[in-house]
Amino acid sequence: MNWTWFHKLGSPKWFYEVTSKWMFWLALITVLLLVTGLVWGLAFAPADYQQGNSYRIIFVHVPVALLAQSCYIAMAIAGAVGLIWKMKLADMAAKVSAPIGASFTFLALLTGAIWGKPTWGTWWVWDARLTSMLLLLFLYFGYMALQAAFDNETTASKASSILALVGLVNIPIIKYSVEWWNTLHQPATLTFTSKPTMAPEMLVPLLISIVGFYCFFTLAFLMRLRAEVLIRENRTQWVKKLVQNDV
Amino acid sequence: MYFDSVSSFLEMGGHGPYVWVCYAITVLVIAYNIWRPIRTRKVFIVDLKRRLRREARK
Repeated sequence: MNWTWFHKLGSPKWFYEVTSKWMFWLALITVLLLVTGLVWGLAFAPADYQQGNSYRIIFVHVPVALLAQSCYIAMAIAGAVGLIWKMKLADMAAKVSAPIGASFTFLALLTGAIWGKPTWGTWWVWDARLTSMLLLLFLYFGYMALQAAFDNETTASKASSILALVGLVNIPIIKYSVEWWNTLHQPATLTFTSKPTMAPEMLVPLLISIVGFYCFFTLAFLMRLRAEVLIRENRTQWVKKLVQNDV
Repeated sequence: MYFDSVSSFLEMGGHGPYVWVCYAITVLVIAYNIWRPIRTRKVFIVDLKRRLRREARK
């Protein structure tokens, strides 16, 4: 197998140049999908026969809760790649994922609480799903604090990547919490293995907004990573040239 | 459109405040995640330009 692509991927300059061409299209697709999914969910999908209109919160809640976990997995994998192959770009990728993941986890918890009030009659319960999601938020905060605690970027990346890998244990706990424990939180809305139990009028906008939020994550992630690349490569010729040409 | 009037759309059968607050916060979180890297990039470019000018004078 030819591994040149893997080494290229480790080159910040190559990464910056390639992604420059993607940003506009990615932004366009993200806006189209998010607007379609959310407007459909808010105004066109029928009300739920049990929950009424409060269920419309799931068009945000489900995608961001999924993303909060996917982002953590991606962060831990990037951290592991950085540890094993000493790839600078992977370390940067792990670092910039954390604040985005934290903001999605926060949003998932908050929208869940706001939905819980009219549905369960309470903002918060210490059930397994909610508690393990709160733990995810603290893992993100811990990761960011550890990352900021070292002056040396390499040491910071090493320490925080190990924390991310240890914290990975929380991800299956979040996923199976609704099966292992008797939680107030309902079981998974979507599964890959069984037929959807949701009506297509609700399922289609939900799937669109999930894809939209994943695109949004990719966009926000690339924007942060590109800025991080510039900062860390500020002594190189290509960054100097790029900045001088930027009017 | 599922709702028959703008007011029923805003009210959402009494769930309006909950739904709208969620969507408003979502918009804020999305906006923050876009604004933050743009700002980081701008600050970096201004700083580096200043440094390059200083180095050129030496």
